[in-house]
Amino acid sequence: MALFAEFKAGLLKTRARLTHEIKRIVSRSPRLEGEALEELEGALLGADLGMEITEQIITAVRSAYETQGQNGKDVAAIAAAEIERGLVAREQGLRQAPAGLTVVSLVGVNGTGKTTTAAKLAHLVQSQGRRALLAACDTFRAAAIEQIKLWGQRLEVEVIAGAYGADAAAVAHDAVAAGQARAMDYLFVDTAGRLHTKHNLMQELQKVHRVMDKQLSGAPHEVLLVLDATTGLNALNQAREFNKAVSLTGLVVTKLDGTSKGGMVVAIQKELGLPVKFVGLGEQPEDLQPFDPKQYAEALFGE
Amino acid sequence: MFDSISSRLQNAFRNLRGLGRISEENVGDALREVRLALLEADVNFKVARDFIERVKNESIGQGVVQSIQPGQQMIKIIHDEMVKLLGSANAGLQLSGNPSCVLMVGLHGSGKTTSSAKLARLLHKQGRTPLLVAADAYRPAAMEQLETLGKQLDIPAYVSRGETDLLKIASGAMALARETNRNTLIFDTAGRLQIDEPLVQELVRLRDRTKPQEILLVLDAATGQEAVNVATHFDQALNITGSILTKLDGDARGGAALSLKAVTGKPIKFAGVGEKLEDFEPFHPERMASRILGMGDVVSLVERAAEAVDVEQAQRLEEKMRKGQFTLDDFLQQLRQMKKIGSLETILGLLPGGAEAIKGADLAKQEREFRHTEGIICAMTAQERHSPQILNARRRQRIAKGSGVSVTEVNTVLNRFAQMQQMMKKMGKFQKMLARMGGGAAGLLRP
Repeated sequence: MALFAEFKAGLLKTRARLTHEIKRIVSRSPRLEGEALEELEGALLGADLGMEITEQIITAVRSAYETQGQNGKDVAAIAAAEIERGLVAREQGLRQAPAGLTVVSLVGVNGTGKTTTAAKLAHLVQSQGRRALLAACDTFRAAAIEQIKLWGQRLEVEVIAGAYGADAAAVAHDAVAAGQARAMDYLFVDTAGRLHTKHNLMQELQKVHRVMDKQLSGAPHEVLLVLDATTGLNALNQAREFNKAVSLTGLVVTKLDGTSKGGMVVAIQKELGLPVKFVGLGEQPEDLQPFDPKQYAEALFGE
Repeated sequence: MFDSISSRLQNAFRNLRGLGRISEENVGDALREVRLALLEADVNFKVARDFIERVKNESIGQGVVQSIQPGQQMIKIIHDEMVKLLGSANAGLQLSGNPSCVLMVGLHGSGKTTSSAKLARLLHKQGRTPLLVAADAYRPAAMEQLETLGKQLDIPAYVSRGETDLLKIASGAMALARETNRNTLIFDTAGRLQIDEPLVQELVRLRDRTKPQEILLVLDAATGQEAVNVATHFDQALNITGSILTKLDGDARGGAALSLKAVTGKPIKFAGVGEKLEDFEPFHPERMASRILGMGDVVSLVERAAEAVDVEQAQRLEEKMRKGQFTLDDFLQQLRQMKKIGSLETILGLLPGGAEAIKGADLAKQEREFRHTEGIICAMTAQERHSPQILNARRRQRIAKGSGVSVTEVNTVLNRFAQMQQMMKKMGKFQKMLARMGGGAAGLLRP
């Protein structure tokens, strides 16, 4: 029986290949090979999509091209569509608590732009006519508190801060309490950068979140991993570990104004189902944009 | 998805044995594996292609030594080739002038400010008198950050708030250096994109004004394919003299190092390996090559162990073990020493293939067991620790209550400890190694 099943499966594969080949010949689609493929592979690898995703996309593109290639579609366009399909998310924009204060926590490794993103997000909700509060929970890095306070001044957003070396969870607790007392709409919590491999620091982050949940059930409502677009395949590790520790709800990709493509988000969305919510495109407060999968996929292939 | 390259190469090369010579055809499969390994380590795909070509040329025609595995031989060729490419004789800083200037340049968030402070600390230790110069007028509070770090190190920092003209900052800093007899200026510049022409030109003007001996590109070890563009642009514009690779304490494989070195040819001089200011060391090409190839980093593990373990204490423990006098107190000490080296996760991650092994393993559970064991021993009286045979049922119940575990757990720990003691008495030679590695504690782990 087993042998027969195997035989049948083998036949099925052959039949599929044959049908595909016949379709190709009938529709006079060109075969995709050689230089075009290599170019496509280069573009995908060069955008940090990683070998695995690159191969998947190439396989998909190859069969799509060979069945509909004569319709004038070029390889890049098909690949872009393929990537776009993988990136479309059900959920867009910031989540909102059913009532009252919405807490958004920003997490990530060092130097990805958490503080800047927190400030930009505050600016964004403010421009929509809602009231925002910032929490300076990076009590470790030198001058991190000053940095967010300066942003606060610039944007006229209040910043809740503690002293250096203070317990980040205590600051978070106070910030949530303040946000509730002042009937704010949004609280953006800027946490300290930490490498996802540092077990104790990840536990500290869990504590920060636990404490906020105690103060306000359900907080943080949104946990955004801030990713630097220049990061390579390690971004997937970062996302995995942060997700394991604090259950992420989405991604923010920063520094996309350079030539980096941040292609790892494709792999992250595929594996963890985390949507990209915003992209950072510069140093100004308004340089934060909602993520547009179509635009992004097209940009991957444009120079 | 990625088991260690060593084992994959072994497989790919199995068919090489008995062939006599490595030829273009039979090496093809294996080189594909190497390419994959390089790409997974974030080596730029073009750099990877060139590297493979080099390895191919190097290996073709070499005889397959019958006695060793052909895979091993090939790995050695690859590893050596990579070390050759990564390394350089000219790794130290060339600081001859007085004052001499060092420019730190790079993308946003790569770690320039922290590296500036770390470098200042290192130079200070080498007997130079560094002056930190806050030349980042863009990022809010960047100057305060450098100033704070300077204070922590007791190294002066030149900060002129509100000044956005880099050249004025440079003149001011150089004047201060002359006045206060500081012979090395470290300029912490603002992060910028390599394609932001006006900002890059600003750096060019700063370079022309300060005539620095060293221009160091600071690059995050987790940088992906972009490393090539970043390095090329900065090098073309500024003619950098070397680079610093940061955040190497993470688990990024660091292929960016290879890309960087391949396109600029400039040496990688230092590595940032932690958030503390002393976590800064000269760059080691061999370790980096092993890391990129996913071969683990045993050297770092040994170093870390050496740092955490008190040699005298270890010797005393060893002595006790040999004489069969190893008590629960000693065991507790050992547990704590192990903890100092790092979490199980980090330790295993440094072992070859370890990173693979721990994927999916529930290390948190093992860590918890460690903690429980520690708690159980702490709940014992000094007498009990010294002679566990007096532990009767009532004492055990008390200990269980005191440490918040079940009596069964107390029994398990005691049983394992007894087994361990037995083992120690038996194994004469092994003891030494166990004591050094803190492996006595590891022996308690369930398989």
